[in-house]
Amino acid sequence: MHETMIAQSLLATISTETAKQNAKPTCAKISCGILNAINDEILCFAFEAIAKGTACEGMKLEVEHKPMQGQCKNCNQVFDVELHRPQCPKCGSDQFDLLPDAPLVLEEIEFQTE
Amino acid sequence: MYKVNIGKKILSANEEYALKNSQFLTEHKKLCLNMISSPGSGKTTILTRTISELKDKIKIGVIEGDIQTDIDAERIRATEAPVVQINTNGACHLLAVQVNGALENLPVGDLDLIFIENVGNLVCPSAFELGETGKIAVLSVTEGDDKPAKYPAIFAKSKALLINKIDLLGAGVQVDFDIERVKADARKLNKGIELFLVSAKTGKGMTSWYEWLVKSVESL
Ligand SMILES: Nc1nc2c(ncn2[C@@H]2O[C@H](COP(=O)(O)OP(=O)(O)OP(=O)(O)O)[C@@H](O)[C@H]2O)c(=O)[nH]1
Ligand SMILES: [Mg+2]
Ligand SMILES: [Zn+2]
Ligand SMILES: [Zn+2]
Repeated sequence: MHETMIAQSLLATISTETAKQNAKPTCAKISCGILNAINDEILCFAFEAIAKGTACEGMKLEVEHKPMQGQCKNCNQVFDVELHRPQCPKCGSDQFDLLPDAPLVLEEIEFQTE
Repeated sequence: MYKVNIGKKILSANEEYALKNSQFLTEHKKLCLNMISSPGSGKTTILTRTISELKDKIKIGVIEGDIQTDIDAERIRATEAPVVQINTNGACHLLAVQVNGALENLPVGDLDLIFIENVGNLVCPSAFELGETGKIAVLSVTEGDDKPAKYPAIFAKSKALLINKIDLLGAGVQVDFDIERVKADARKLNKGIELFLVSAKTGKGMTSWYEWLVKSVESL
């Protein structure tokens, strides 16, 4: 299950920042393209399990899934690709190139103030 | 409460190795194809037949990814092609660092084409770049014609799709599989995807796949 591996990388990065801030982290925001095959529940469950006993114990993860993007071959418009009926919202063409999926990014961490 | 902006890629360790692999393959001018499918759709059978039938035209080496055992590597070894087995010990996909190690153990200089057979799984392997030249999806007809609609990632990212086990269609066997639906759904997200209808068992349809492989090796 690759969510466990991702949870470990996340925990490592958050722990480093937590040591720097010397504060208690409460929430981390993550974003990723939907083709990253990440299941939020499994990721949160895995994170919760490995964060036990560390400074990150009990913190929340919020995952934002970014839609796929396409670029229209007809009018060059960049648009969010709707999986069921992918087409350009500007000119209606269904001829487009799929743009690379958004990577998995740790966007921000919230810390408690004393 | 206060917020700290991080903006850091999380899978960057995998991406670094993927980049190394990709640079290595470009430098050595080698084609490397990452084969992805559900368990049992016929990846190893396609590979053994392809290696044997292209023996006089291109030299193929294989990196085998499996959760456990070296059963598939043994099947490849029987064709006399060089092969390296990776066991992921439970992980649902290969990582670029594993492929990096495997490339060191293949006689890359003697090869034209390196196949990576990923762990049998239609979802996870598509999210982990290995530095390959391209991905190849395999779908066998008994898995159902709704797979490109239900598992879009791998079909969106692949250079080619092999629809395998076509010998089971209309052979007095009951299999409901609408090839046109698969083609249409795969092309919705990926206009340029190459489609090959094959039977790795009987060899039917394999010739156009071979021609595409040879052309891809030559145009590197
Ligand atoms: N009828 C038929 N059977 C096939 C064909 N290709 C493969 N098979 C059979 O399907 C089964 C699985 O084939 P494999 O080549 O081991 O599949 P795989 O994708 O490598 O499987 P994993 O590595 O376990 O994911 C075997 O029993 C093959 O003989 C085909 O074209 N037609
Ligand atoms: Mg196999
Ligand atoms: Zn997985
Ligand atoms: Zn348009």
